[in-house]
Amino acid sequence: MATETTTPIPKTPKLEGRPPIPAAPTRRNGRWSGYTHLLWARMLELKREPEIIFWVFGFPLLLAFGLGIAFRNKPANTTSVAVVQNAGAIKTLAMLQSSPAHSSIHATVLEREAALKDFHFGKVDLVIEPNPDGSVTYYYDPSRPESVLSRSEIDAAVQAAAGRKDALATSNRISSEPGSRYIDFLIPGLLGMNLMNSGMWGIGFALVEMRQRKLLKRFVATPMRRTDFLLALTSSRLVLMVIEVALLLGFGVLVFHMPVLGSIVSVLLLGTLGAIAFGGIGLLTACRAQKIESVSGLINLVMMPMWIFSGVFFSYQHFPAMAQPFIKALPLTALNDALRATILEGASLPSQSVRLLILALWGGISFILALRWFRWT
Amino acid sequence: MGSPIECTNLRKTYDGKVEAVRGVSLRIEAGECFGLLGPNGAGKTTTIEILEGLLAPTSGDVRIFGHTWADHPRQLREWIGISLQETRLSEKLNVRETIELFASFYSEPRPAADVLRELELTEKSDSWVGKLSGGQKQRLAVATALVGNPRILFLDEPTTGLDPQSRRQLWDIVRAFQQKGGTVLLTTHYMDEAERLCDRLAIVDHGQIIAEGTPPDLIDRLGGHHVVEFEVSGNSNGQGTDAWRALPSVESVRNENGTICLNVREPHLTIPALLEVVNHQGQQLEHLSTRQASLEDVFVNLTGRHLRED
Repeated sequence: MATETTTPIPKTPKLEGRPPIPAAPTRRNGRWSGYTHLLWARMLELKREPEIIFWVFGFPLLLAFGLGIAFRNKPANTTSVAVVQNAGAIKTLAMLQSSPAHSSIHATVLEREAALKDFHFGKVDLVIEPNPDGSVTYYYDPSRPESVLSRSEIDAAVQAAAGRKDALATSNRISSEPGSRYIDFLIPGLLGMNLMNSGMWGIGFALVEMRQRKLLKRFVATPMRRTDFLLALTSSRLVLMVIEVALLLGFGVLVFHMPVLGSIVSVLLLGTLGAIAFGGIGLLTACRAQKIESVSGLINLVMMPMWIFSGVFFSYQHFPAMAQPFIKALPLTALNDALRATILEGASLPSQSVRLLILALWGGISFILALRWFRWT
Repeated sequence: MGSPIECTNLRKTYDGKVEAVRGVSLRIEAGECFGLLGPNGAGKTTTIEILEGLLAPTSGDVRIFGHTWADHPRQLREWIGISLQETRLSEKLNVRETIELFASFYSEPRPAADVLRELELTEKSDSWVGKLSGGQKQRLAVATALVGNPRILFLDEPTTGLDPQSRRQLWDIVRAFQQKGGTVLLTTHYMDEAERLCDRLAIVDHGQIIAEGTPPDLIDRLGGHHVVEFEVSGNSNGQGTDAWRALPSVESVRNENGTICLNVREPHLTIPALLEVVNHQGQQLEHLSTRQASLEDVFVNLTGRHLRED
């Protein structure tokens, strides 16, 4: 028996030890036949899964639309104030009306109780109570930025109406160009978050599901190349990535007139790097888990810090300086920063090498570890 | 040319303590349908998965056509087709897409349409896998094994949970594959399946082969081809089985909860003598039946247990 081990196996069908062929084959498959069929099958499955279509494509658009509307329709510099109903109320109202900034002041006269209640619920930013001696008292909350702003605006208006002259002439220029609004900040962040979500679920969850169904085991029982399988899964992610980028950016440009200063090629390259990095992390998350319940928990655990810290909905500059190096090392932070710089500032990819390196390292290290630990059965 | 499947002294220990397979040696010849028959948990699946190259044995040697899994994994995979005990194929792919997908992994697959026709799945070509019945799903699982044009077919419990008609359909498929020169290794805990389908059998219990041979051979080893079963009322409990063992033509006796089972060579000699003994002892015969001995009797004789004890 031992001598047979040393017999090399020739690639041709005429090989020692090969039994007669039961049925004549009619076709020969090429090197990439397995890969193309796996990719095609994956795309068909995704297309036939309405939930995936919604979560990957519909949900981010809805989020962008909802948040875009919410923050766009709020008139930028209108302040709502309540004037307490008493003898001085009319005079105070008249002073506000005569101020040069009266168009940005929305004042209502209310009973004292009602006024304070509205203030507590955030309906008005400031309460003005005229005193019998002609002075006024402000109720404001120093921890609410709009309240602080309102106090200073109203005070300026009241002082001007009372005859105060400006000591220094100043002039203003309005600057709320597209590119610096909240929606412009939001859309690249949503794009980054979406690439993370679909990478983690599309690779991590899908793999564990196939493992649980014993489909992975069935596949490795065939001559399928394992690298082809992983390559096909990654390729399917890249196809989806292109659609995700096109939809979200197209939506931002068409609906909110978002400017895209960087080149589309750069954005797609970033998308590719992001999709592959999160695909690698998804693969690592899924390398051992046997049940979809356990991998769902893991995926959420991995994504949670990035939802909070990586500046999807608001700038991570709000977090303490001590936390900044940690935040900047997260892959989603790197991706979001790079997407924003490219889309909103037109920054070139070479100028963002640190961010690209962070993404590549996360993806590369995860991928190598995942392949080492991965279980097919 | 090596045998299609050959293994020597296979052992598999899980986590250093559970011994699932304890020294299994087999040699399966070309064109043979070989069955591993045994109860659940006997180590059949572990054995077949080691032979399929999906599990590494703790010790022992496996050869497929004389080659080892370590040396030529891809080539060996080209030659074998596998149906696992439980695989849930992608539900959102249709039958043809599933077959085409599996065909794409092999260098020289059979045309998908041929395989579908052979397994009577042509009508279901465009149905999603999720919509198939149990029997159709199992036929599809075997179709994914056959589309690679294999020389060996491995089937792990191919008919568990199927209705009688679907089971017969699968048996026909296995026989057709065998007629074209293919070699089959299957596991089952159905003795009728083993008896009708397999040329040779190994009876497996607690990770070991406890008997091996053709089904008639194994039944022959019981001594008698017939089984006489009866119950008596009266003082039968005290006398044990010795009185029955002494009857003419009886090879072996066992008592199953009061039912006495005799393995008998020639019932026409045993039964009159049996009636006489019963009469003589003043006992009442409750009922009496005779039947052909089966593999179940072989298993019970060897282990004292039934194949399916649940």
